Amino acid sequence: MSTFFEKRQLVTPGDMLAEGTYVAGENTYKKDDKIYASRLGLVEYKDKMVNVVALKAFYIPKLGDTVIGVIVEVGFNGWTVDIHSPYLAVLRASEVLSRPFRPQENDLSKVLNAGDLVIAKIIAYDRSHDPRLTVGEPGLGKITRGQIVKITPTKIPRVIGRNGSMVSMIKQETGSHIILGQNGLVLITGKTLENEQLAIMAIQKIENESHISGLTDRIAQAIKKEKAKQKEEVKNESKT
Amino acid sequence: MSQKHEKLIDKKGLRLDGRKPEELRSVQIEVGILPNADGSAYIQQGKNKILAGVYGPRELHPKHLALPDRTVLRCRYHMAPFSVQERKSPAPSRREIELSKVIRESLEPSIFLEYYPRTGIDLFIEVLQADGGTRCASITAASLALADAGIPMQDLVAACAAGKIDDIVVLDLMDTEDKIGSADVPVALMPNLNAITLLQMDGILTFEEFEKAVNLALEGCRKIHAMQKEALKTKYVNVKEVEE
Amino acid sequence: MSSIIVSLKRKQIAEFIEKEKRLDGRGLLDYREIVVEPGVIERAEGSARVLLGKTEVLAGVKIGIGKPYADTPNEGVLTVNAELVPLASPTFDPGPPKENAIELARVVDRGIRESKVLDFKKLCIIPSKKVLVVFVDVYVLNHDGNLIDASALAALAALLNTKMFNYEVEGDEVKIKSDLTQLPVRKHPIAVTFAKIGDKLIVDPWLEEEQIIDARLTVTTDDDGNICAMQKGGNGYFTPKEVLKAVKTAREKAKEIRKKLKW
Repeated sequence: MSTFFEKRQLVTPGDMLAEGTYVAGENTYKKDDKIYASRLGLVEYKDKMVNVVALKAFYIPKLGDTVIGVIVEVGFNGWTVDIHSPYLAVLRASEVLSRPFRPQENDLSKVLNAGDLVIAKIIAYDRSHDPRLTVGEPGLGKITRGQIVKITPTKIPRVIGRNGSMVSMIKQETGSHIILGQNGLVLITGKTLENEQLAIMAIQKIENESHISGLTDRIAQAIKKEKAKQKEEVKNESKT
Repeated sequence: MSQKHEKLIDKKGLRLDGRKPEELRSVQIEVGILPNADGSAYIQQGKNKILAGVYGPRELHPKHLALPDRTVLRCRYHMAPFSVQERKSPAPSRREIELSKVIRESLEPSIFLEYYPRTGIDLFIEVLQADGGTRCASITAASLALADAGIPMQDLVAACAAGKIDDIVVLDLMDTEDKIGSADVPVALMPNLNAITLLQMDGILTFEEFEKAVNLALEGCRKIHAMQKEALKTKYVNVKEVEE
Repeated sequence: MSSIIVSLKRKQIAEFIEKEKRLDGRGLLDYREIVVEPGVIERAEGSARVLLGKTEVLAGVKIGIGKPYADTPNEGVLTVNAELVPLASPTFDPGPPKENAIELARVVDRGIRESKVLDFKKLCIIPSKKVLVVFVDVYVLNHDGNLIDASALAALAALLNTKMFNYEVEGDEVKIKSDLTQLPVRKHPIAVTFAKIGDKLIVDPWLEEEQIIDARLTVTTDDDGNICAMQKGGNGYFTPKEVLKAVKTAREKAKEIRKKLKW
């Protein structure tokens, strides 16, 4: 029984991570008692479990996940939603219009049109069916303002941080409201455009550097630096 | 095949470009160079310049091609009209259609196709400049593009050819050697699993020569595999260096 | 895409092969019966029909006069084409050749070309201007697996059967004479295709086996036991050991087939 890498070491697909009675966790697979990486990422050994935290992955729908998506098609009795996943999601008209709707009378494109953004929850999904969404809960529905950043979905937990520490710090420091879609889309709404830019910068920095230690401090510092720069610019503008 | 049989190996045992028989050409690989693609890679091997881009897994079009139990990998190997001496028609040739198939089949064993049923992965390979051994260099780059797209895989696939010129078995034939030489054996390997996923051969080889050529090609694949891993890691390590 | 095979059958075939047996009673390294019938199409310069079990392939040779390729001005031209005729299988579509037909043709082509079956220099009439063009057209008439080996046999049998017109050169003109001579065929390359099922190698897979295989490997060898063409197909892999074993077996099998066909 042995492991072949340091904790949090960068591994590539096919690297042998452990041999013996280990259990293959995320982004790994087992073959003849050996555990190999199936994605590029950072290896983690927890007890008998071997995981790889992928540096790049795409979103696979999970029941109960909150996602942010774009309406790509208005159909006869519902919408098709791009949730940045291999599968397109379906939002049925009955999920949005509470009374029984009549296709002849209700123009669905007046409720949600192609290009509209929605925050939604996944209520059904399996291997043979595309994911189904609902917007019928508080906090869900059409997005009317703010900006969207797209990051690789495996980084969402890093944006959240331990017990939400990272995201609360960013919210506080940038004065912005942040909604995280598990599919890697993040909605940022701030009082000013500058505030939103700050939060976007912070989130992109997390995406690029999450595999390097001391992340929270670095992000906090980067925000402060950027803030100072923004103030400077405002000053310079008012002078001229 | 040429009118005058040029010498491909000189008295010192060196090849036209100064390489020893068992030596690879210089290889540069870069991962993640196409901003729009889900994954991408660029390889230069000798004068070969090849781009690979991956889109997906995503909804497959036309939809009836989708399979209920696995992803469909589609591959297009294509040569730019200016990639060779005489302009090549941009329409796909029979050679390109065959190569698209064998390249796809060299990569399929490495991918967990059953993870994402009903979807498709599109792999596009563009040979911008060709200098012999393009199918192998394409596979090397394509496998990295798939890894860069975050597609779960058993192993990387590294490819390299060996062949016979002037009665000597050599590694990694360049264009002239390929054209004048007497045999070419392109091989692709999943190094950690010791699994050969591409094997072709044309020319004339005895069994002993073939055995030597395959082993040499496998050796080449392993060397290229090390460079693949470096290239993949470099993309992420670079950020760190800028920072500190 | 292969057509759907009943999962029960899949299991059965795999279990049999695991026990080194096959559903049709063959051993793992046995070929089906090979029947070669030359000269079946009188209009063609050469032709042959090959039966490999129930797989049936017809090959025809036509010879014409054309221009040589720019990089080989004093050599004749060989063109191999394969048609998966729609009447031969529900999985064959009409229309221009797709990747399976193209791969088939190119693997057959490589076997003939690389083993130097034809002396291309002798097919030159006037250097850079006129050469003989040998067209080999492979027609699959029934698909019951292992089209590569059957097509390679048919193509070679058709070439062995080919009678060529004699000609005279007067200035830049080529005069075709009425008498015929045999097209010289120097080698007899035989393609031997292996299929990998589990960790076993079998030769000459028939259709149902072909539908469940992990990978296939074709090894073409000439009369001297030299290897002249190889092609791996399918979405599985081979270990280096398996490859060397396949090459050794291919040489033996090719020898047997040549002996049986008196080539």
